[in-house]
Amino acid sequence: MNFGNLFKIAVKALGNNKMRGFLTMLGVIIGVASVITMLAIGQGTKKSIQSEISEMGSNMIMIHPGGDMRGGVRLNSDEMESLKLKDFNDIRNNTKYVKYVSPMVNSAAQAVYGANNTPTTVYGVNLDYLDIRNYAVEAGDVFSDQDIKVAAKVCLIGKTVADELFPDGTSPVGKVIRFGTIPFRVVGLLESKGYNSMGMDQDNMIIAPYTTVQKRILAITHVQEIICSALSEEYTDQAIDEISSILRVNHKLKETDEDDFTIRSQQEISDMLNNTTNMLTILLSAVAGISLLVGGIGIMNIMYVSVTERTKEIGLRMSIGAKGRDILAQFLIEAVLISVTGGVIGVLFGVAASLVVNFAAHFPIFIQPWSVVLSFAVCTLTGVFFGWYPARKASMLDPIDAIRYE
Amino acid sequence: MKEVIRLENIKRNFIVGDETVHALRGVSFTINEGEFVTIMGTSGSGKSTLLNILGCLDTPTEGEYYLDGTAVSTMNKNQRAALRNRKIGFVFQNYNLLPKTTAIENVELPLMYSPGISAAQRKERAIEALKSVGLGDRLMHKSNQMSGGQMQRVAIARALVNNPAVILADEATGNLDTRTSFEVLVLFQQLHESGRTIIFVTHNPEISRYSSRNITLRDGHVTDDVYNGNILCAAEALSRMPQPEE
Repeated sequence: MNFGNLFKIAVKALGNNKMRGFLTMLGVIIGVASVITMLAIGQGTKKSIQSEISEMGSNMIMIHPGGDMRGGVRLNSDEMESLKLKDFNDIRNNTKYVKYVSPMVNSAAQAVYGANNTPTTVYGVNLDYLDIRNYAVEAGDVFSDQDIKVAAKVCLIGKTVADELFPDGTSPVGKVIRFGTIPFRVVGLLESKGYNSMGMDQDNMIIAPYTTVQKRILAITHVQEIICSALSEEYTDQAIDEISSILRVNHKLKETDEDDFTIRSQQEISDMLNNTTNMLTILLSAVAGISLLVGGIGIMNIMYVSVTERTKEIGLRMSIGAKGRDILAQFLIEAVLISVTGGVIGVLFGVAASLVVNFAAHFPIFIQPWSVVLSFAVCTLTGVFFGWYPARKASMLDPIDAIRYE
Repeated sequence: MKEVIRLENIKRNFIVGDETVHALRGVSFTINEGEFVTIMGTSGSGKSTLLNILGCLDTPTEGEYYLDGTAVSTMNKNQRAALRNRKIGFVFQNYNLLPKTTAIENVELPLMYSPGISAAQRKERAIEALKSVGLGDRLMHKSNQMSGGQMQRVAIARALVNNPAVILADEATGNLDTRTSFEVLVLFQQLHESGRTIIFVTHNPEISRYSSRNITLRDGHVTDDVYNGNILCAAEALSRMPQPEE
């Protein structure tokens, strides 16, 4: 008995029961389509978060003052003044794995130009900051080291600030804006970066020399944050170790003391977000997988009924020379055909549904080839697995009883 | 004359609960090529059991059965399936055609299970078989678009398509009205004339008058085995019947 003939027989048998075949398939179609769609949404979310993280500046390391204990009370870490410029200088001069490093102090206030004003934040940093965060200058220039030295009142402004203050579209470069009460000369306009994954507008900012923000706005000598980037992503851990040991020495911490600072890397954040999205993907796929399982049980159910209903046909086939394994193969092929056809349609539906989700809800989607291959393989296995029992039952029938079955 | 079927003291017991039912209690006969044998018996006579054994669907508890020279009783299921496929053509009382399937596809079915026959050969032989039963103009009709007589003729074509050693008919006219029964009987007589070996199991004594030999079973024994010296012509009987009302 050759496979081609069995295949023809199975196709023919399915063709005789199109409606039933279709309804059985529907379970698989829905299962596969939802698996594909859910994976596409999960993967899409993950990918968009990843790309936004790398846009934010990959291999970024952020150093914040840690919460300290004073008389048993843990203090708000934002109020700590433990990070000093010396820490920044030491990190810059004494590390091997740190590429860029910038102190950071910031202050929020209204920016004003003429009759226009907008709430924004000024970030006091050095020029490394632009490299760490992947900012580029669209028009004008950056401020100079000399500006930092003399705490010059110069700044770079983000697109959002520029749009708010200069709604008529004139170039802000060279204009003098006020931040609170302090006038700043705009030396450059930053290229737009859009919103990050947390929904923060990365263009609503002013960048000024850190010395200016420290002295002229905040009147402080410490820094609120130090931001660095490792040589590359794989050196992040080494860089963190170096920074940590420098800070511990500078802050005169004993072996047993806790760090009075916290170091967070982009890596960490990206790992955390990845974990979250992975969880989401697993959850969604599990739900989708259950519908695929239900679809598979649908196949088993229908094949089982079909075997009982077609007992006479099986008896006939056996009496004219079909062997048990021919019957087994026929019913297995039928089950697999249902599941694979359902799988193909399901993949198409899934891809279409994903695109609809993307189009209608602007949800990021990403259809990974493996998810298609996987759901396809699962489909075939579902067919074999759930088709096996009914097919086996059919093949075990006694032709004498089967042919006289009413 | 070539011997097609040889039964040697066939016994078949069934165990039902604690009891043993002796369905066949030692049946022996031989059938030669070209014979048209009717096997008669009331229900419970062992007729069906004998048919199952003759059709290689069942094996005897004791005794030996040679089909076309091959010993069947020691064969396993798969061997018997292959043997049925090559040597036996079944015709059932209720036709047993595949539903919603054309005449050609129904007739092709036994060839689908026999290795080494191409699709083209299959079709050619199916058409040939259908023509020989007078359905050359109904090749593409589906089984649910045919009358009982036509369906039975498709079933006979299906039994012929493998060129079997023996055609086994089980009450093949049982579901048909008298006129159609005779039409089918004419067909069997034609097959007989062309040299086919036919075994026709029935409880209708009238049919035995159209066969060349009649074996009667009773309580698992052959009680009667007579050659028919005066075979009636079914075609003649048919022509004497009143024409169906149009």
